[in-house]
Amino acid sequence: MKDIFVLIEHRRGEMRDVSIEMLCGAAGLGGTVVAVLFGKDVDAFAEKAAGYADKVLYVNDPMFENYNSEAYQKALSALIKEHNPGLVLIGNTAQGIDLAPALAVELGAPLVTDITALEMDSDKPKPTRQFYGGKLDAHMVMKDADLYILTVREATFQAGEPSKSGEIVKVDNPVKEEITYRKFVEYVEPEVGEVDITQSTMLVGVGRGIREDKNLPIVEELAKVLGADLAASRAVVDAGWLPADRQVGISGKTVKPKLYLAVGISGAFQHVTGMKGSEVIVAINKDPDAPIFGIADYGIVDDLFKVVPKLTEKIKELKGL
Amino acid sequence: MNMVVCVKRVPDTAESEVHIDASGKDIEKSRLSFGINECDNYAVEEAIQIKERLGGTVTVISLGPKENDEVIRMALAKGGDEAIRLEDEAFDGSDGFAVAKALAAAIKDLEYDIVFTGALADDDGYGVVPAALGELLGVPHATYVKKVEILEDGKRARVGRELEGGLLEFLEIELPCVLGIQTGINEPRYASFKGIKQAAKKEITVKSAADLGLDPSEVGEAGSWAVLEKFTPPVVGEMAEILEGDPEETAAKLAAILKEKGLV
Ligand SMILES: Cc1cc2nc3c(=O)[nH]c(=O)nc-3n(C[C@H](O)[C@H](O)[C@H](O)COP(=O)(O)OP(=O)(O)OC[C@H]3O[C@@H](n4cnc5c(N)ncnc54)[C@H](O)[C@@H]3O)c2cc1C
Repeated sequence: MKDIFVLIEHRRGEMRDVSIEMLCGAAGLGGTVVAVLFGKDVDAFAEKAAGYADKVLYVNDPMFENYNSEAYQKALSALIKEHNPGLVLIGNTAQGIDLAPALAVELGAPLVTDITALEMDSDKPKPTRQFYGGKLDAHMVMKDADLYILTVREATFQAGEPSKSGEIVKVDNPVKEEITYRKFVEYVEPEVGEVDITQSTMLVGVGRGIREDKNLPIVEELAKVLGADLAASRAVVDAGWLPADRQVGISGKTVKPKLYLAVGISGAFQHVTGMKGSEVIVAINKDPDAPIFGIADYGIVDDLFKVVPKLTEKIKELKGL
Repeated sequence: MNMVVCVKRVPDTAESEVHIDASGKDIEKSRLSFGINECDNYAVEEAIQIKERLGGTVTVISLGPKENDEVIRMALAKGGDEAIRLEDEAFDGSDGFAVAKALAAAIKDLEYDIVFTGALADDDGYGVVPAALGELLGVPHATYVKKVEILEDGKRARVGRELEGGLLEFLEIELPCVLGIQTGINEPRYASFKGIKQAAKKEITVKSAADLGLDPSEVGEAGSWAVLEKFTPPVVGEMAEILEGDPEETAAKLAAILKEKGLV
């Protein structure tokens, strides 16, 4: 097996979890694991990565202070051409999905995105990914090639404890030319609203199953009698029915309440990522195959418009309201 | 601004059971309803809003069978000017890369400042097209785009990309470029009755692989990075304990469980 490159992802002074996860996952695949890192003053990240890799190749250069697909693609393709790895793992993140397809086209290397499991058939990856919002697993066969690229969904591999002390190699920035067509400008933080759902002990999460914003009062009523706050899936926020700060998930908030009651939410992984740490998860959904039932503790397969008002009533009774 | 918008027609599976068909490589689609891919709908709106602000044209492109005309006509009805549909048996089984190659072949001879695509397809979820298309066309790209502002010189755009946690990353990108649009960037309009009537009369140019100068080996399964071997039902952890009964009963059972757990 040739080397396995793992692209380390970091943002605003923090290394992202998916980086360590991929290093740990790569360790079981049988090749030399090489962490590849671009940044400005990222010696500390190089050291951290060395705890999980056989080798770290890293570049310190102001060009990489913030992610930029142009700079990253040039730098990564240069290192790949020089070192000839057999497999490159990149996080299936906002960064990775912006980078990997263009890199794969440039290098003529087959790519499978958003993998959720990985087997190797000698040197050839046989990844699994999901179709139809998590309703099916798709087993993929990649075209024969010398180099394969995969983008890996977060939490596909488990991050373990550091157990290696890889050789750390600082390399010169392979990008000599100027970055011309894409320039990083700034980060803008999401707006903060009146309720901080990350602090809520109970949440009623509402999804597209609610149909229209004029139906929101039925979940608001339930939340009120429970003493819970209202959270939402992205579909509800995109539709403008609830403000963005109520969104739970990968591009929203990560919540860990004692109770998360998912009402009319399908359970797309982008949503689940943000709420799977909740202590008790209950789902009300009319589709028995909704992925949300795979992570919920309790489920009711029924029409929310029938169940939610009844539930509100029962809780009122219990509370003597 | 001359713009191209790529749209896909996809089955709506969020609320329906999904059955693997006899081949093991596809799903039974006869009972599913179809519509425009969710983020493509936002991409269409973004292109039309820019056209309304700055003028120019919007060309709608879709790869797929005749049924896709429905999605194309809806985009025309909202303000699209021209439409191209790519149809060929040779495209069957295309992954995101093979799709991007067909789209690039159709787009490369058009005059465009921005190509819009959705960030991700609801069915296969590859997310490959925006960045691959940019590379194939030899122009810059950005995906997960949640804000687009054309700068005064008309040669660059200020683009906001959505990162994890809802953080936005702003960048300046040179035109022409490819932008993969994320949901929630705008409020997609409904087509007016008048628009629908006008769109019904518009011509949709159909192009085959040969028309695009593509060899069958470059597209479809043959031209893909990977092919689907088989579908299997998802591996789920422990399933939820499903509470049985009519709404009265299930609600009572759930309320009792919440009480027992000290949550009520
Ligand atoms: C880059 C990226 C980031 C994303 N980030 C997030 C994120 O942070 N958070 C997030 O939530 N999503 C996120 N998404 C979107 C995510 O993929 C899903 O599209 C979204 O979570 C779907 O929301 P939903 O479950 O409300 O809607 P749907 O998937 O449409 O599901 C609606 C559900 O309601 C059920 N239903 C309908 N009617 C009824 C009824 N009467 N009674 C009971 N049940 C009913 C249906 O069976 C269905 O399961 C992201 C997507 C991308 C591409």
